[in-house]
Amino acid sequence: MRPFQYMRPEGLDHAGQLLRDGARPIAGGTNLLDLMKLEVEAPDRLVDINRLPLGGIAPTDDGGVRIGALVTNSACAADLQIRRDYPVLARAILAGATFQLRNMATTGGNLCQRTRCYYFTNIDQPCNKRQPGSGCGAIGGHNRIHAILGASDACIATYPGDMAVALAALHADVEIERPDGTSRTVPVRTFHRLPGDTPDLDNVLEAGEVITAVILPPPAGGTQLYRKVRDRSSYAFALVSVAAVVRMDGDTIGSAALAFGGLAHKPWHDPRVEQLLAGQRPSDALFHQAADLLLEDAEGQGENDFKIPLTRRTLLASLREATGGAA
Amino acid sequence: MTRSLTMDRPDDRNRLDAMAQGVIGQPLDRPDGPAKVTGTARYAAEYQIAGCVEGVLVTATISKGDVTAIDEASVLSMPGVIAVISDERMTARAAQGGAGEAPVQQVRQVQYYGQPIAVVVAETFEQARDAAKHLKVTYRADDAAITDPHSAAAPTETYDEPIEQGDLAQAMAQAAHAVDVTYTTEGHNSAAMEPHASIAQWDGQMLTLHASLQMLAYNQKELADSLDLQPEQVRLVSPYVGGGFGSKLGISPEGVAAAVAAMQLNRPVRVVMLRQQVFQCVMRRSETVQRLRLAADAEGRLTGFGHEARVSNLPEEEFAEPVTQASEFLYPGENRRLAIELARVNLMTAGSVRAPGEAVGMQVLESAMDELANAMGLDPVELRLRNIPDRHPSEGIPYSSRKLAECLKAGADRFGWNGADRRPAQRREGEWWIGTGMANACRVHNINEAQASVTLMADGTAIVASDMTDIGTGTYAILGQIAGEMLGLDPTDVLVQLGDTDLPPGSGSGGSWGAASTGSAVFEACEAIREHLAERLGTTEAELTLKDGFATAGNRRVALPELLAGAEVERTGHFKPGEITEAFAAAMYGAFFAEVAVNAYTGEVRVRRFTGAFSMGRVLNAKTATSQCMGGMVWGIGSALTEGLTFDPRDGHIVNPDLAEYHIPVNLDVPHLDVVLVDERDPAGSPLQAKGVGELGICGAAGAINNAIHHACGVRVRSFPMTPDKLLAELPDP
Ligand SMILES: Cc1cc2nc3c(=O)[nH]c(=O)nc-3n(C[C@H](O)[C@H](O)[C@H](O)COP(=O)(O)OP(=O)(O)OC[C@H]3O[C@@H](n4cnc5c(N)ncnc54)[C@H](O)[C@@H]3O)c2cc1C
Ligand code: SF4
Repeated sequence: MRPFQYMRPEGLDHAGQLLRDGARPIAGGTNLLDLMKLEVEAPDRLVDINRLPLGGIAPTDDGGVRIGALVTNSACAADLQIRRDYPVLARAILAGATFQLRNMATTGGNLCQRTRCYYFTNIDQPCNKRQPGSGCGAIGGHNRIHAILGASDACIATYPGDMAVALAALHADVEIERPDGTSRTVPVRTFHRLPGDTPDLDNVLEAGEVITAVILPPPAGGTQLYRKVRDRSSYAFALVSVAAVVRMDGDTIGSAALAFGGLAHKPWHDPRVEQLLAGQRPSDALFHQAADLLLEDAEGQGENDFKIPLTRRTLLASLREATGGAA
Repeated sequence: MTRSLTMDRPDDRNRLDAMAQGVIGQPLDRPDGPAKVTGTARYAAEYQIAGCVEGVLVTATISKGDVTAIDEASVLSMPGVIAVISDERMTARAAQGGAGEAPVQQVRQVQYYGQPIAVVVAETFEQARDAAKHLKVTYRADDAAITDPHSAAAPTETYDEPIEQGDLAQAMAQAAHAVDVTYTTEGHNSAAMEPHASIAQWDGQMLTLHASLQMLAYNQKELADSLDLQPEQVRLVSPYVGGGFGSKLGISPEGVAAAVAAMQLNRPVRVVMLRQQVFQCVMRRSETVQRLRLAADAEGRLTGFGHEARVSNLPEEEFAEPVTQASEFLYPGENRRLAIELARVNLMTAGSVRAPGEAVGMQVLESAMDELANAMGLDPVELRLRNIPDRHPSEGIPYSSRKLAECLKAGADRFGWNGADRRPAQRREGEWWIGTGMANACRVHNINEAQASVTLMADGTAIVASDMTDIGTGTYAILGQIAGEMLGLDPTDVLVQLGDTDLPPGSGSGGSWGAASTGSAVFEACEAIREHLAERLGTTEAELTLKDGFATAGNRRVALPELLAGAEVERTGHFKPGEITEAFAAAMYGAFFAEVAVNAYTGEVRVRRFTGAFSMGRVLNAKTATSQCMGGMVWGIGSALTEGLTFDPRDGHIVNPDLAEYHIPVNLDVPHLDVVLVDERDPAGSPLQAKGVGELGICGAAGAINNAIHHACGVRVRSFPMTPDKLLAELPDP
């Protein structure tokens, strides 16, 4: 760990000023501190945002919910309204990490958690994300946990989180404060980036910007589920995960919002798949068609080839469950 | 006074059963428990020593070659940095268990990625770690490194003498039923909770090392040899060890580095390995490729038995994962071939990890046995029962007490085993396939030389002392119980002192030999004290009854303090394995029964029920023995489903060197573990009639899970760990 300066700002303005000067926010620290010990991250100044007024879960004017950036994963998953109206979110959070980690992990920090790529976390190995231009250790190396969709020649990493996958299925927005004090919102679906030629950028946050909240639209209703396939029952990242919010309209699928974890550099979603399903009678044939479309461009690296059939099967399980068990 | 016993013959006297105190075998709490759960038990790194500075190892980032330059100036100006040391006495590898001499020391000749090459010392741990990461090292890399253990380019040698008997090929050809299958297992890390840590402190020519080690008497020699000292100049202190599982059998690089740095800087130095270093530079279990050939007659009796393996290690290491160890005697078959091929590779040292040999050997053998049972349509329990040989199939020697059949029956009863219908993929609950499977457990019984002193104090309490370690197994508890039983004392009146080379040299902990070996030394010392007491009481030892602090003979009953009349009695017991080790095939046995659920969509496996029935000779403490068995079964779940070291194919670095990515089972992976202890006395096992227990619970466990998976969904996975991707390819459409 490199020496760094620790700062605890007096209120939002002061924080904004420090961030503007290039300091790095730290919330729960469960990801950032680990990476600092490994010197994967080496910020010279940390702004501890934990005492800023960025907490609380509150209703919004249009019937949605605003989750403050500092709300812990534990608090969010335990919130009665979240559990009632956005069960996919509570389930996704509870499928992640451990009690201890969730007690510390925050909503903002969780969105910004970095990839678990083995080569990213080892500073003696090449990695374009950590050190642009150094090459990608995972290509030709071990890549069992890597991307099958949206990867580039520069980087095949995945975004590892669970919470954001549920937020993508829920069409949530990320509320961001700019250094100048103004704010903007970005849909979760476009908050994370694909790697392209600049894998060092995980998401669309710009220098000095800070996440202040996540905004949920009014409850979508329907059947909500989160399926996470992993190597052990708990305390493991997703090999593949599916968040589904499916509303039935009589015998047909009214709408199906789907997002996928473990497949790409971002929570993956594919509007074509959602369109294909809407208005259709659930059937295995339809579900396979959906999987065909979803995985049309999927490409394995060898070790992670299994994610392609695994995604198909997990999607099938999710759609059967969400639509009431078509066969 | 020392009383020695070289064990040449079985001890049929069953002395412990004749004692009166009634504490042996009782499920007593361990005396060290409260200190551990309240955080007052002090582990190696936790000693506060004035003036102590912090060292962090620097490890190689190439897999083979030479260090041509270390640019000390690159870090000496960093805050707090005191020194960069790369000394010829430092060790490049950990010592193998029981080595008693220095391991390979050329730290500047790199043989594997992650090899220690230097240590950076600074005022704080963070400063030292930062500097260690920044140190500029120049290498001359040797492109001939072999980092793929399966590579045809890896030089191989035959390990030990293969066992060749009869004609296996012919037996296979003529068999009524035969299987010829090849399985693979991945490398394992011990994954002890406490990382390797040492604090070195010199006092003139005397070195004291607070360390986390399993076999102090040997480690003392290894450290002394590394530093060119006499063993007497080295004191090791290791009263609490936060798990070892083989990885702390030998002196490891951080201890030697701390000693060298402390000498050079003339101040105490602490070196704690980073978790990544514990993975990358201590010990791995080798990966294995194992071919099993089983030939059976129409009734399922084995006529041919082949177990051939390929494992790997660094050049110059003598250790080869002894996967065929139990195969030598567990099953019959007059036509045999057992052989281990050792490939030389540039990967970290392979050594003892959690039941070396049987852990991965038995899981594969027991999976293959299940394949044979299925091929015959026979209940796999029945197949096991039909294959319990009368004599050691190669050496002809008899077995010592062997309760395998009893374990099979007890385990099957407890579990509710139904072996009648072994057709796969018959039971479905929702999206889960349900199946059951079983396996034998077997682990060779080892004993080791050990000494321990027992002092009966004038007040009638006792002190047991040995440099024996308690690596979390319950040694403090059982040694107190043995002395308590023999001397008629409540175990709370027996103080057990361990983990200090100033005390008599015990056996150390490893290979499940600790209890039977050091326990026998305590037993010997107690017998000597009993003789002394009998003499004082004017009777014979055989007539003497010791109970609740009183000595009784005939109608005389005297309190111990009165009998001792102010004098304390100290005796040292010295136990040595003798001809007994050659005279019998001695082993611990058991049987596993598992029920698993396999997700029909994803191939995820959950163990739903897991029963193990075990026999280990006399049970010294039913609670700690049960806990040991449970621990072994947890390892078994890891070996079956989740654990595997992954090496980068290009440079041999471990890509999953931490507990987030190297998946040991977590609570949710482990169902209620049901352990049945089958009563046994093994007179050939030790004078305690006890054998070992620590490792038994893993030896075959993963096989039961493999077999249950096959029964559940019809997929036979021949590659461990059985992660979802490996099931997926063959899983029926959901
Ligand atoms: C062993 C382990 C297992 C885990 N398993 C899972 C899992 O299964 N599923 C899963 O989803 N997660 C898992 N996690 C990750 C965990 O969820 C994240 O570490 C956590 O959510 C991060 O939140 P934090 O508040 O601690 O972030 P921090 O570590 O404080 O920060 C993380 C990053 O976010 C930035 N940041 C923090 N807050 C803000 C903000 N308001 N605005 C802008 N930037 C900000 C920081 O600068 C930093 O770059 C696991 C973590 C560990 C260590
Ligand atoms: S996949 Fe991305 S994160 Fe991983 S090594 Fe390659 S560039 Fe780095």
